Amino acid sequence: MSTPPAILPLEVSDLVYEAGGARLLHDISFRLTAGTRTVVLGPNGAGKSLLLRLCHGLITPTMGAIRWGDQMLADPRRLQRHQAMVFQRPVLLRRSARGNVEHALSLHRVPRRQRRARADLALAQTGLAELGNRPARALSGGEQQRLALARAWATTPQVLFLDEPTANLDPAATRAVETLIHGFHAAGTKIIMTTHDLGQAQRVADEIVFIHHGRVLERTSADGFFSAPATPEAQAFIKGELLW
Amino acid sequence: MGEFGQALVNAATLIVEFDRDFIGIVGLSLRVSLTAVLFACALGFPLGAVLALSRFPGRGAVVAGLNALMGLPPVVVGLVVFLLLSRSGPFGVLGLLFTPTAMIIAQTILVTPIIAALTRQTVEDLWSEYGEHLHSLGATRADTIGTLLWDGRFSLTTTALAGFGRAIAEVGAVMIVGGNIDSVTRVMTTAIALETSKGNLEMALGLGIVLLVLALAVNGASQLIGTNAMRRAAQA
Repeated sequence: MSTPPAILPLEVSDLVYEAGGARLLHDISFRLTAGTRTVVLGPNGAGKSLLLRLCHGLITPTMGAIRWGDQMLADPRRLQRHQAMVFQRPVLLRRSARGNVEHALSLHRVPRRQRRARADLALAQTGLAELGNRPARALSGGEQQRLALARAWATTPQVLFLDEPTANLDPAATRAVETLIHGFHAAGTKIIMTTHDLGQAQRVADEIVFIHHGRVLERTSADGFFSAPATPEAQAFIKGELLW
Repeated sequence: MGEFGQALVNAATLIVEFDRDFIGIVGLSLRVSLTAVLFACALGFPLGAVLALSRFPGRGAVVAGLNALMGLPPVVVGLVVFLLLSRSGPFGVLGLLFTPTAMIIAQTILVTPIIAALTRQTVEDLWSEYGEHLHSLGATRADTIGTLLWDGRFSLTTTALAGFGRAIAEVGAVMIVGGNIDSVTRVMTTAIALETSKGNLEMALGLGIVLLVLALAVNGASQLIGTNAMRRAAQA
């Protein structure tokens, strides 16, 4: 097998997104490279999820461009096959846990006879080896989110998007998910994650993209952001003063 | 009360005696309606799924039209198929009028809108839940339809049963295109109509009871298969 073309860096330029006459994202530009865990941080309603969905190609920008690699790749579907996304509420099919992973592999055109082994490997990786035959939707919330991560793991993405992956989970399940995120990172997958949870951002992030009211206010290393936030909004957010 | 008692006796006698004519009628009923439902599912599942995922101007009207077609009167369908298949009609040369094939065609036309309309609803509901995930996986339209139909399989079984109920119970269409010819195109409903018009009410009622039991048996069987499949999916 040949190595797939590297889809990173991700170059976002002058991105604007409008819906229902309101401008939800304003002139967003940044460049994300491989090897770091990027956390998109901001209060509820800042536009974090929108930004992630735009980058992943689930919605199309009103203006501006999203470029992967050094040139614009023509087929968005081929691009998406090198990416995976984990949602706040995992979308699980009405099948067994293993069936969910096998389904993702079949959409990635993995030959049928390889799917079972690769699915079992991914389930083992996420601590779900015993639960492969259980109906996915009967799993606990934490197990469901780990299954979503197993499904992503099986497709060996270059980039993993996570949209508030632990917002509905208890501390133990949150820790399990964060451990898996570090596993992806160690395996060379680029992490791009949103959260409104400061503690989580500190545990996970190498770099922070801080957004507020649909604008990127800061883009800096995690250490720099938490020790010396540059903008008053970021200072207020870190102090836990609500921003609207 | 006496009539119902006699009808029950008749029904029991028909079943116990294993009368050849009677078995022929039941067999043809099942063959025609099950085949029609099979074709209607083959057409209606993909049709409903495509409609669920399509966005085009006038889609609302198409959905409303399809839903309205669920109430298609069997006699009208029978009449139209009759005209199409009659000697002077466009398909007259095929010589299908007054054959079981003609009855299957009529019932397929009758049942397909029911399957398609209910499938459209099922698939659309699932799509609102799965859409982003499937999009994220880079699913093609064929991938999406396959996934949604499979994950809707329990609802779609009920949909198929609704179609079967419609087919096995209707009399207007099979009467017109089949002609109720003894041991050729006579099915349970047309036999009931005939016995009633002959004044043979006990026999008609007996046949009716058998028809009910038959419908119950088919529903029970598919429910059994369904629960087993669900249990397997839950435990395997």
